Amino acid sequence: MKNKAATRDAYGKTLAELGKINNNIVVLDADLAASTKTGIFAKEFPERFFDMGVAEQDMISTAAGLAACGKIAFASTFAVFGSGRAWEQVRMSLAYTRLNVKVVVTHAGITTGEDGASHQANEDIAIMRVLPNMTVIVPADYIEACKVIKAAVDFHGPMYIRLSRIATPIVYENKDYNYKIGQGIVLKEGKDAVVFACGIMVAIALEAAEALKSEGISTKVVNIHTIKPLDKELIISSAKETGAVVCAEEHSIIGGLGGAVAEVLSENHATPIERVGINDVFGESGKPDELLEKYGLTAGHIISSVKHVISRKK
Amino acid sequence: MISGDKIKEIESLALRIRKHIIEMICAAGSGHPGGSLSAADIITVLYFYKMKHNPKEPNWPDRDRFVMSKGHAAPVLYSALAEAGYFPISYLKTLRSVGSSLQGHIDMLSLPGIEMSTGSLGQGLSAANGMALAGKLDKKNYRVYCMIGDGESQEGQIWEAAMTSGHRKLDNLTAILDNNKYQIDGKVEDIKGIEPIEDKFKAFRWNVIKCSGHDIKSIISAFEEAEKTKNKPTMIIADTIKGKGVSFMEANPKDFHGRAPTKEEKQTAIEALCKLENL
Ligand SMILES: Cc1ncc(C[n+]2csc(CCOP(=O)(O)OP(=O)(O)O)c2C)c(N)n1
Repeated sequence: MKNKAATRDAYGKTLAELGKINNNIVVLDADLAASTKTGIFAKEFPERFFDMGVAEQDMISTAAGLAACGKIAFASTFAVFGSGRAWEQVRMSLAYTRLNVKVVVTHAGITTGEDGASHQANEDIAIMRVLPNMTVIVPADYIEACKVIKAAVDFHGPMYIRLSRIATPIVYENKDYNYKIGQGIVLKEGKDAVVFACGIMVAIALEAAEALKSEGISTKVVNIHTIKPLDKELIISSAKETGAVVCAEEHSIIGGLGGAVAEVLSENHATPIERVGINDVFGESGKPDELLEKYGLTAGHIISSVKHVISRKK
Repeated sequence: MISGDKIKEIESLALRIRKHIIEMICAAGSGHPGGSLSAADIITVLYFYKMKHNPKEPNWPDRDRFVMSKGHAAPVLYSALAEAGYFPISYLKTLRSVGSSLQGHIDMLSLPGIEMSTGSLGQGLSAANGMALAGKLDKKNYRVYCMIGDGESQEGQIWEAAMTSGHRKLDNLTAILDNNKYQIDGKVEDIKGIEPIEDKFKAFRWNVIKCSGHDIKSIISAFEEAEKTKNKPTMIIADTIKGKGVSFMEANPKDFHGRAPTKEEKQTAIEALCKLENL
């Protein structure tokens, strides 16, 4: 797991490739094309790219109009603006209408780093997954992000796809696998506890599981890339197998993956759960690695949560 | 030139649509008569004179598109669609009832002929821009029409959208401002005035035309001029009266923004509209 790459780079590259084979794809951005990487598509297909300027609400509803005329519309900006500023447009013009618009956002979570709290979306999964008809995806790495963007073109309906700014470890190096929206992936088997992770926390969870192994603790690691629709079966069966659950996400502990897993398990198979995530606070400026440490998102934090949740088993 | 007979026909259709509006809102026990009645003549011209559309093939790719951005004026659109043959007129009385396709605010998934779901003000003009952009991309010559309210024009997104239409020179887009001077809390000019609205849209690179929104000839000529205008979107500022056609609503537009007429009020309104029909 030495190689690193950013999921937003996967987006830019894949989108431009898909643009060649699918004339129906149109792309919108809100003055962040260089950062979200839609600029690569813009350069190759200027007639199918619309820079809407700093107007995220207009961008989302315009994408809806394009989709209503049969286009596959990708709309991109930073996560905080795509989910927050335009939330009601996503609700009314995309979710309610089930129009074929993919809101692909970058700079999600605390690893946005130096820009600080105003730019660190730690609440977006919660406010997107609450919307009926929305599909919410957080790819684990560069390889998976490429697959997700391809899958998004073949999937009809609104989606929220959450990407990162920084280069993060490749989980799926040299591994070809069949990606399916809504289907979690077991990356490592284990019997003492299970870690459900999404996004950049998948690689960190694998690192934690390795370390736990040397201490004699067997930890299952599952990549829950699709937060909605959630792979309930896999979550319930893994909880039954291990009897102890840790959720890890670069998002608030409220309402994200941890919240979704807690909802499912409390109704189907009550299991002790610990949530690793941002503890209901805003972030701050700093280097991504320093922030992950300060805000509790490292392998060390997952390790102590796994130990603690195992101690809570009856 | 449009014949006098054709104008008479449109006028009498507009009256029928007004009667449907009153009947259906009364049957529902709630709804928005004021802003539906003010838009009735413009909507009638669009659906029975101006727009290319086919009730038998609602998804015909070359059809003109209409987006009702002020989604609370759903009753006027439903009435026009029913008169045009999209669904039976008898269905209008199901407005706002459980299981009906006639949702309180417009829902594109439940009713053929509806192009965009609205109800949260301020979003429709952006969606209309998207449709106009798609039309240009696909080299289609359909036109896109969009109606916005004067109160609605206080929404920030209207101006984001207006900037987009102007910047992108969307001359296949005609928007209509139903300038009935009232919003929920009172007069637009007292609450947060939008004047000089003509200058505002001009400043946003629009072609602006003023018309009398209850004069069929004036509405038609505005639409025709809009169609001839190249390289700019057109905003038709239609001078209208909230509650138009029902004198007690015209006299009390604040009360009748979002209140259903009682059975007695409905009777009075229908009788008055019938009298106009026989003029
Ligand atoms: C975003 C949003 N805010 C508030 C409302 C509630 N609302 C419904 S109609 C209306 C007033 C609209 O005034 P105007 O656009 O002038 O409509 P008209 O007078 O033509 O009915 C308001 C505030 C809404 N539907 N959407």
